[in-house]
Amino acid sequence: MSGAIRLGGRLRLGVLVATLSILLQWVALPAFAIDPTELADPQLQQRYRALSQELRCMQCQNQSIADSPVGLAGDLRREVRELLEAGKSDAEIREHMRARYGDFILFRPRWTPQNAWLWLTPLVLLLTGLWVALRVIRHKAAQVDQDDGDSAGSDR
Amino acid sequence: MNRFILPAAIFAALVAVLFVGIQRSPNKDVIASPLIDQPAPIFELPVLGAEGTFSNASLVGQWYLLNVWGTWCPECRNEHDMLLEIARADTLPIVGLNWKDDDLLALAWLRQLGDPYLVNAADREGRVAINWGVYGAPETFLIDDRGIVRYKHVGALNPAVWQREFLARLPRSTSVQP
Repeated sequence: MSGAIRLGGRLRLGVLVATLSILLQWVALPAFAIDPTELADPQLQQRYRALSQELRCMQCQNQSIADSPVGLAGDLRREVRELLEAGKSDAEIREHMRARYGDFILFRPRWTPQNAWLWLTPLVLLLTGLWVALRVIRHKAAQVDQDDGDSAGSDR
Repeated sequence: MNRFILPAAIFAALVAVLFVGIQRSPNKDVIASPLIDQPAPIFELPVLGAEGTFSNASLVGQWYLLNVWGTWCPECRNEHDMLLEIARADTLPIVGLNWKDDDLLALAWLRQLGDPYLVNAADREGRVAINWGVYGAPETFLIDDRGIVRYKHVGALNPAVWQREFLARLPRSTSVQP
């Protein structure tokens, strides 16, 4: 009985730590930005921030061009700024980069037949998980009902 | 027993998906260029070490190499002898794209190590490199006589790659042409 409580406490602590670390990561992200650029138009600035978070630094690969200090990332940010100031849409800028560096530069993959599984797999896994959870819960509930029924019968 | 079959199947499926994913995970050296079989981006840049500009539009009608390099790039030094050899064999002209470099350092490098290039275009701000989807140096592009990019190699050229990926793509007549 006490073991069950300790396990529950540890589980709750684990959930708390996981939640906190996700939240902290969210808070910490802007602090890592190494690009001090401020565009005159706040709306452009917002789009610039969002776009540079979405484009991969091809030299360091697991950083976005917003987070990378290498020279090429700086050049790509300049390219994004210039395209924004030239009045290009976000979609046009993404396509501009894709045409030069390929799908790999986009952290958010396009919806294409080859990429479909990227988008669909998490959904399939989530639904599978829900289905399994539901089955387990129903099974347990049925067992408890049965137990209750048995004990109620023996009481009488 | 029965209750383990489904989780095991799901686990096996996950392993298969992740395995395929890791196998196909893009290696830094083999990110496919979307430029292959597309028209080569046309540029006009200052000539390194001379007055005036150079445009690759002037090379339409012949096969050529575009070699991206910089004196800040150690692999480029390793590659240099191979470039000299290609130039000596007179197979096809090598255009240099001197990427984000200091002109004086680049000229000193060519004086010291030898100059395999037909001409060097100075891409001081790295704008042309972006149009070519360059993400590291050295990179070498093979462009055909219609101005189409036929192949891109990332990293230093070596005899095996040169034979297999470049010479094999050339039409027979080109390799004899001066």
